[in-house]
Amino acid sequence: MAQSTSVAAEKARTDWAGQLIRAAAIIISVSFLGLVLVVPVVSVLGYAFSRGLRVYLAALHTPDTIAAIKLTLMTAAIVVPLNTLFGVAAAWAIAKFDFRGKQVLITLIDLPFSVSPVIAGLVFVLLFGAQGWFGPWLRDNDLQIVYAFPGIVLATLLVTFPYVARELIPIMQLHGREAEEAAVSLGAGGWTTFFRVTLPSIRWGLLYGVILCNARAMGEFGAVAVVSGHIRGLTTTMPLQAQVLYDEYDVVGAFAVASLLMLLALLTLIVKALVEAFGARRRRPAG
Amino acid sequence: MATARGWVAPSVLPGFGLTLGFAGMFLTAIVLVPMAALIMRAASLPLEEFWRIATDPRALASYRVTFGSALLAACINAVFGFIIAWTLVRYRFYGRRLVDAIIDLPFALPTAVSGIALATIYSPKRWIGSLLEPFGIQVAYTWIGIVLAMTLIGLPFVVRSVQPALEEVDAAFEEAAESLGAGRWTVFRRVILPTVLPSLATGFTLALARGIGEYGSVIFIAGNLPFKTEITPLLIVMNLEQYNYLGAAALGLVMLCVSFLMLFTINAINGWRIRRVVGRR
Repeated sequence: MAQSTSVAAEKARTDWAGQLIRAAAIIISVSFLGLVLVVPVVSVLGYAFSRGLRVYLAALHTPDTIAAIKLTLMTAAIVVPLNTLFGVAAAWAIAKFDFRGKQVLITLIDLPFSVSPVIAGLVFVLLFGAQGWFGPWLRDNDLQIVYAFPGIVLATLLVTFPYVARELIPIMQLHGREAEEAAVSLGAGGWTTFFRVTLPSIRWGLLYGVILCNARAMGEFGAVAVVSGHIRGLTTTMPLQAQVLYDEYDVVGAFAVASLLMLLALLTLIVKALVEAFGARRRRPAG
Repeated sequence: MATARGWVAPSVLPGFGLTLGFAGMFLTAIVLVPMAALIMRAASLPLEEFWRIATDPRALASYRVTFGSALLAACINAVFGFIIAWTLVRYRFYGRRLVDAIIDLPFALPTAVSGIALATIYSPKRWIGSLLEPFGIQVAYTWIGIVLAMTLIGLPFVVRSVQPALEEVDAAFEEAAESLGAGRWTVFRRVILPTVLPSLATGFTLALARGIGEYGSVIFIAGNLPFKTEITPLLIVMNLEQYNYLGAAALGLVMLCVSFLMLFTINAINGWRIRRVVGRR
């Protein structure tokens, strides 16, 4: 495939029609990305700093925004380790063993990708809301899940469920089973095999999966909006806080919160670039 | 340890029961039981009542807005996503790696961020919105804005699906076609496009599915006028806010069925792709 690229590139240099197509393709690509992606992202910083650094910092330093940042960090601190554990376990079972129903399992893991985040929130309201299945029982026992922290955690868990697993399954399948089988036959235990043989070969993919899962967990909006109840300072995560401020026409405040989330996204992309530079990760189709 | 189980091939590796058990339990608790709760809640409605909610004029209008916009956005992404993937695979130019990295931004960018950013810069009083206004084009608070937001979030699905397929187009086939006198367009249409088509279809379906379910980036720019720019996910949220759980569950089931249909389509396309590859070799 490297050859095909060089042939095409050579052809593009030598005839004028190819040269024209090349220029047009690059111009179309760059302007489309610019208009749809880059301009909105840059504008976030533009609006956040539109009245200077001092106003920006002051906008972040309100009690509600600080509470939102804390809530988001706490949610991610619970969700990301759980989904990582799940991702590693699922990938181990799927990549290292052959069993009936494997394809069904993979499809089910993918389910949250194609389900609307609003549905992801809705299901927990139907289970634990005031009129939900467990609603009366929860009320009698003075427990609250929906419109409280546990609901936010559950909805975020569901939405970010597939990320680590989807990142690890192809890598572990590519890696094969021989190394682990050799380790086991030489007398290594299961955990030793995993930590000394499997983990070193998947660590970059695992890192990207965890970082991506974290970015989605911190940035989840739709699912959390449904279960949060929007109680200021209590159940508004960072994306919800951005919405609250935006709805109150506090442009600097909304974009200041948004800028933090955007930096997180950029950081995620940088980690991805690093992971790819280390060559441990093959590009694969999304989803 | 390696107990004889009919449905699993024997292996010397340990941990099958532990990992599959944990993964299965977690999957059941977090995904399957909640989804089943939605289906059962909607199924508890009498059929005619379900039908009445699902085909209410306002709901029908919201399907039209949601599916129409998502379809248009997926088509735009299929065209431009293909051009971008082509550019990244075939040409070497200054800044190519940066362009390649930027593609993934919508995967990592929270939807609320892209939502408020798009709604702000395309609103009639600001930036791009004010540039478009003299031409009578209003993006924010119209269906154009909805399509724009859905295009943004769906783009990486097409590019990342098509890219590997384009890389695998065999140069030998292209050269053979050319040496037999095929023009540039013929080579593209007869050699490149057929190879890439299944991947393009996968990317299109993924982008479509994401667009249909999208909430965060759409609601800021949509204006949310009933019958005009109100998407189905928003209608579900509004039902919930009025404690109309049954209405929300019924609409939720409609959307869930669409999601299953999308998943089924993607699996079918994958099967088609595998058959084609196997058939060719």
